[in-house]
Amino acid sequence: MAENFTQAGAQYGFYFDQTLCTGCKACQVSCVDKHDLPTGVLWRRVAEYSGGTWRVDGTTATPSIFTYYSSVACNHCENPICMQVCPTTAMTRRDDGTVYVDDSKCVGCRYCEWACPYGAPQFNADTGHMTKCDLCHDYRSEGKAPACVSGCPSRALDFGPIEELRRAHGTEAGIAPLPNPAITEPHLVITPHRNAQPWDNATGHIANPGEL
Amino acid sequence: AGPGAGAEAGSEFVWSACTVNCGSRCPLRLEVKDGTILRVLPDDTGSDELGDQQVRACVRGRAIRHRIYNPDRLKKPMKRKPGTKRGEEQWETISWDQALDEIADKMKDIKAKHGNESIYINYGTGTLGSTMARSWPPERTAFARLMNTWGGYLDHYSDYSTTQITAAYPYFYGGWQSSNSFDDARNARLQVMFGNNPLETRMSGGGHTFVSQQIKRDHGVRTIIIDPRYSETAAVIGDEWVPLRPGTDAALIAGMIHVMLAENLHDQAFLDRYCVGFDEHTLPEGAPAHGSYRSYVEGAGPDGIAKTPEWASAITGIPAARIVQLARDIAGAKPCAITQGWGPQRHANGENTARAIFMLACVTGNIGIPGGGTGGREGSAGLSIVTPFNDGLKNPSNKIISVFSWLDAVEHGEKMDTFNAGVCEKPAPGVRAAKVPVDAEGNPTNTRLETPIKMVWQYSGNSVVNQTGDNNLSVEMLQDDTLAELIVVCDIQYTVSARYADYILPGTSAAEEDDIHPGENGGPMAYGIVSSQAIEPLYECRNIYDICTDLAKRLGTEAAFTEGKSREQWLRDTIAASRVKDPKLPDYDTWKSQGMYRRNAGPSIAMAKYRSDPDANPLPTPSGKIEIYSGRLAAMAKAWEFGVFRPKLPGDQLTALPEYVDSWESGEAARDSDQHPLQVIGHHYKGRTHSTYGNVDWLQEAHPQTAWLNNLDAAARGIANGDEVFVFNDRGTVKLQARVTERIMPGVVSIPQGAWYDPKPASAVAPPPGANKDKPVDVAGSVNSLTSLHPSPLAKGNAVHTTLAQVVKS
Repeated sequence: MAENFTQAGAQYGFYFDQTLCTGCKACQVSCVDKHDLPTGVLWRRVAEYSGGTWRVDGTTATPSIFTYYSSVACNHCENPICMQVCPTTAMTRRDDGTVYVDDSKCVGCRYCEWACPYGAPQFNADTGHMTKCDLCHDYRSEGKAPACVSGCPSRALDFGPIEELRRAHGTEAGIAPLPNPAITEPHLVITPHRNAQPWDNATGHIANPGEL
Repeated sequence: AGPGAGAEAGSEFVWSACTVNCGSRCPLRLEVKDGTILRVLPDDTGSDELGDQQVRACVRGRAIRHRIYNPDRLKKPMKRKPGTKRGEEQWETISWDQALDEIADKMKDIKAKHGNESIYINYGTGTLGSTMARSWPPERTAFARLMNTWGGYLDHYSDYSTTQITAAYPYFYGGWQSSNSFDDARNARLQVMFGNNPLETRMSGGGHTFVSQQIKRDHGVRTIIIDPRYSETAAVIGDEWVPLRPGTDAALIAGMIHVMLAENLHDQAFLDRYCVGFDEHTLPEGAPAHGSYRSYVEGAGPDGIAKTPEWASAITGIPAARIVQLARDIAGAKPCAITQGWGPQRHANGENTARAIFMLACVTGNIGIPGGGTGGREGSAGLSIVTPFNDGLKNPSNKIISVFSWLDAVEHGEKMDTFNAGVCEKPAPGVRAAKVPVDAEGNPTNTRLETPIKMVWQYSGNSVVNQTGDNNLSVEMLQDDTLAELIVVCDIQYTVSARYADYILPGTSAAEEDDIHPGENGGPMAYGIVSSQAIEPLYECRNIYDICTDLAKRLGTEAAFTEGKSREQWLRDTIAASRVKDPKLPDYDTWKSQGMYRRNAGPSIAMAKYRSDPDANPLPTPSGKIEIYSGRLAAMAKAWEFGVFRPKLPGDQLTALPEYVDSWESGEAARDSDQHPLQVIGHHYKGRTHSTYGNVDWLQEAHPQTAWLNNLDAAARGIANGDEVFVFNDRGTVKLQARVTERIMPGVVSIPQGAWYDPKPASAVAPPPGANKDKPVDVAGSVNSLTSLHPSPLAKGNAVHTTLAQVVKS
């Protein structure tokens, strides 16, 4: 039997190597296929963040611009605001640190969706419940990586106990357009793109708001 | 096979593949239960080190479940209702027997009246990298084999991806020369990509996206991207981005070479030893004085203009100081890996653009060495798969037309010849390539078509309408069914091309078949996939071998077509024949059970033999050397006729040198136009492979169709990100969302190619002021509703990135 990635106390989270992300969304679609999500429900999404200016001088044009992507799902936060606002205690933390929705309790009130600064909980109109990433609990219980991690063509995603990820990759999680990590203390580590901007001092814009 | 982790109880995993024309080839593991595909999983075999990497499917392959089970899947054979026009979509559902009987009868009638060369196999790459189901190359498809048993058919040369560069190669290197493989860029001091965008055009996680990213991460090779658009490749692995006006690469190169010559940065020894025509002293016999490239650049040529950085700046839009710096960087980096994608050549002057980029690699002496390259597109390792089914029979017809000129051959037929339309001969029987016929002195002579095209066969392709130029004009030409009398489309989806057919035959997807798929573009890794049927054919769908067998029965050639073999026997024969050449390959049953087979073959260094000993290894050019000046092109330039079927336009000319030629609807023309001041290009899009996967909801959600527009151009038109806009010219109008972005050069619009043409009459969607009121509005945003059918001068290729238009807010 392969390793079990649902160990109690492990506090699992995601690692994202932003230097490799091409915005292809194989992670998003792998997730949608794995969980058979209807269109409009995305447990993992990819934001394009772009900015900068052009200098036009006669017939020539010179760019000073940037672009990078952020692939984001639920970050299984240390301080999950979704759990705090849930009036029915449907939002639940497993003893391995991951957060999931207990369908038997969820009434689909969407408080968690409004509260989460990552927009991770998503309302499924077909079922009337909130839904979200559970870090592919079933795959992990049998020693497999979550669908988004094994699906990334660029090997930009990984997962594991958050302290292990931080030892390997540092502690950065506050890259624009993501919010101040102090709000929820996400189990997320990012290796920033060379043009990445900090959450509190950013000059660009989300280029694909309609896709998020 | 067998149950796996996280799977539904009772499900099994079946090796399949994604078989589209993306330049990669990905295995898929389909999770199947009770005859239904539940999920799609990536390759999980191999160590995942470069050379033994997992071939992880891209976003499209991961969405294949919704392509297989798609509302647009064709279910039963259909026939256009008598009395209706093509495209009116009035269909009658018929039986397979009726469909094949009627098609066979009509084929016999056409053959009797017009001969075999009136039957044309149209370009189609919707099932690429398969063996039995392959739709390309055309001469290796099941239908071509059938036609070879029945007297042959009219062939086409080249393909919609590479028409101009394919035509340019013989006159420069003597034939196709890939560049070094991307993994060899670890040896380069600098990597320069002209319109090359592996992170979007080679998206497999075992292909060039993976290879180029690994090399960049591990070796840090400095990378410059020259492209009008800030592609994902520029954003992720590019250290510098040099935007230029589309179609002006040859001017940039001339300007850079001017700098190199002035500062003595070029490799004169290489040019003298290996090339002809860069200097006056290496011009071939018969070339005019001052005919060398040096004369052209230094202003001693016929136009008397020195190609200074300032001259190049005015054309390309790149500041002159940047051109000087770029020239010094490229010439100073030893070695330098220069590659080109295929966007730069898909222009009215694309043949010269392709040759100019090759030449830059020569002027800097980077040919045939580790870390260098040819200026062509990157190479890769591969397995030699021998395919007896596909290659066993030869086409007796020796005529061949350009892939892009089939609509002309429908309309003009026997008026088309070598000089006016690029009709060529094959270099040898059955070889699908263009050879301009020559007389005893080597001068070009003329050959002409004997007959117009009367039947068009389109299998797994969308080039009847949508993936060729000018959708609206194509439809007008096809609606006259006295010209092309029979159009048959066999596909799995109700595509745009199917809409304009007379008969539609529902085919099967790779998940519904066993097949063999050679790997593609894995860098140092050679690999292949043997796939297994995962589910029963849906509805009344049938595989192409069975369809062609039943057609062969009706044409009386079944025995020659099948040779008495089943589909499975042909697959077994394929592996058996391949193992004779390469005994290390696994046998069929072993390969089928393991799905993927891979081996690390190491980097490829192009033209290493020629570099090491050019006398012992001459190139197949008249001089045996690299021909910067082509005497053959000079001779052809005198014979070539323009303006016979279409008006002669600026840029309709052949030149012996890879010089910059300004053309119709160029960047310079845009600046002079009040009506259509924007250049329109069409980048390859992450959500589609050309048009394949274009109807999959998950991908439309992930990658919606938008027109990229620079924020300065948008502001001048009052357009905000996400606004609906019209993009139009005299050929058509499209309506779609604007993507207002810093990521494209001012003056340039990019509409990702491949969206499914959806024309609405002016009564339903009114065209904006200034647009052509006689043309429909395409509300899907197919870029080919704007592009032209005007062919490029040498290749007679699709110059679809040479397009001007205007944009207004809807």
